Amino acid sequence: MLTIDAAIRDAIIAHARADHPDEACGVVAGPAGSDRPERFIPMANAARSTTFYEFDSMDLLKLYREMDDRDEVPVIVYHSHTATEAYPSRTDISYASEPDAHYVLVSTREPDTVEFRSFRIRDGEVTEEPVTVIPA
Amino acid sequence: MAVEVRIPTILRQYTGGEKAVNGEGKTLDELFDDLESRHAGLRARLVDENGLRRFVNVYLNDEDVRFLGGLTTELKDGDSVTVLPAVAGG
Repeated sequence: MLTIDAAIRDAIIAHARADHPDEACGVVAGPAGSDRPERFIPMANAARSTTFYEFDSMDLLKLYREMDDRDEVPVIVYHSHTATEAYPSRTDISYASEPDAHYVLVSTREPDTVEFRSFRIRDGEVTEEPVTVIPA
Repeated sequence: MAVEVRIPTILRQYTGGEKAVNGEGKTLDELFDDLESRHAGLRARLVDENGLRRFVNVYLNDEDVRFLGGLTTELKDGDSVTVLPAVAGG
């Protein structure tokens, strides 16, 4: 299960809406071992694409060094789908490389409907999990 | 020619859970061969028949080796190599 503050969930959705129709992506870091997503870190989509996302390689190095220094891990790795459902694509599954992360998918295909879902992706297997939002 | 190599979570199954291991080599290619001799299976996760895998990033100190010499990038004693899988998808 993913437990997330309403403010962080809202920030992820706002980032996805702002970058639409391109895919938005980012991380929510938290203390190692805590499973608590606490520090919202929107990332640039270096692919600038409506169907693909990728962190810039230098941004990625900086991000992981910073998390290491703070004893944090990427509790959430999020990205948006802008024309399809909030479910991991085949590409998402093949590149997923954080077995301990919650993979959050947001769809911005409907301007008035929020689709916010969370998954584990391990060894090519996708498992959806419930999301509990802690109100502000 | 000792070089420290930082290993991401997903590849620590090859290093007995270690976050960093030491290796030797005059080039990145030699370093990966050296690592393979103690951490079997690791090299294939970093390299394929075309060279460095597209969705694995390897850094020498603060630089992406794609902008240096790829697998032929030369190493020196005390260098630090960091491996990070790309965060990417569709």
